[in-house]
Amino acid sequence: MDFRSSEAVLSGPRPEDVLPDTAATAVKVLVVGGFGVGKTTLVGAVSEIRPLKTEETMTQAGIGVDDIAGIEGKTQTTVALDFGRISINSELILYLFGTPGQERFWFLWRGLFEGALGAVVLVDTARLEVSFDAMGLLEEQGVPFVVAVNAFPRSPVHEAADLRTALDLPEHVPIHFFDARRREDCRDVLIALMRYLHSLAATPEAS
Amino acid sequence: MSDGSRGWQEDSPERLYVITGGRSGPSAPTPLDLVTLVVARSAPTPGMQPELAAILRLCQAPLSVAEVAAYTGLPVSVVTVLVSDLLAKDQVLVRPPIPPAQIPEQALIKAVIDGLQKL
Repeated sequence: MDFRSSEAVLSGPRPEDVLPDTAATAVKVLVVGGFGVGKTTLVGAVSEIRPLKTEETMTQAGIGVDDIAGIEGKTQTTVALDFGRISINSELILYLFGTPGQERFWFLWRGLFEGALGAVVLVDTARLEVSFDAMGLLEEQGVPFVVAVNAFPRSPVHEAADLRTALDLPEHVPIHFFDARRREDCRDVLIALMRYLHSLAATPEAS
Repeated sequence: MSDGSRGWQEDSPERLYVITGGRSGPSAPTPLDLVTLVVARSAPTPGMQPELAAILRLCQAPLSVAEVAAYTGLPVSVVTVLVSDLLAKDQVLVRPPIPPAQIPEQALIKAVIDGLQKL
């Protein structure tokens, strides 16, 4: 496989990535979206460690008729979950997991949604349909989310209101425009999610 | 792109089957989340299954199940089985994530916002 020879295999965290023994508990936030929508970019922009990847093997039976570039013809492929880490303080660690938005992949990540604080649904305005699966399943799982629109240069510019209509998004779910390549933008998306969660906690009936 | 891509993918499924002793899930219903932090309580012993020894070495400091999977190149499902084994033998302790029932909790959210603002 092409990625096997690219660089030395990691044997463990770099010295600067070792968590202190005070690290007591963790929370997770999901970054969901279709291929190439900026999940990995977002995770990498805010992570304190170089983003890591875990892979699960998907056999032919699990592959539907789809549009995944580059995996056609394989009898077995791997689906990757990219993730990063932010130490909130000496005790609390936040993990950010980027995961494919297509519902058919989600069985791979048993437990990914359970206990998730919330999610960021990354929307590519040129391919809105990919976001529907993701939002549907998050709603089903009771994971609150905000929508973030990565400002792709070639994507049509939509007003937030039009986008809300197109996505059939309730009024209270925030839409955030950002550039996944900018660290401050990514941080602000996460803060927007947290503020939204905070508002839900203050008024539980809104969820 | 090499993170966690060591070895196992190109092997037949039998190899993973062997590592877990034929099990596809933990024998005890230990709830291990992707972000459960694992901490070793002992050093690897001679003759120990290499994958178990690798986990003990990695977890000298707290490390999440997901990170263990990434660094060992093993699927999360396999790591979960192995960590459960180590847990049953008292060789690791685990620090579970904040339970879902307590989410969203105002103080927690505030702490996260404070932490993010320092980025």
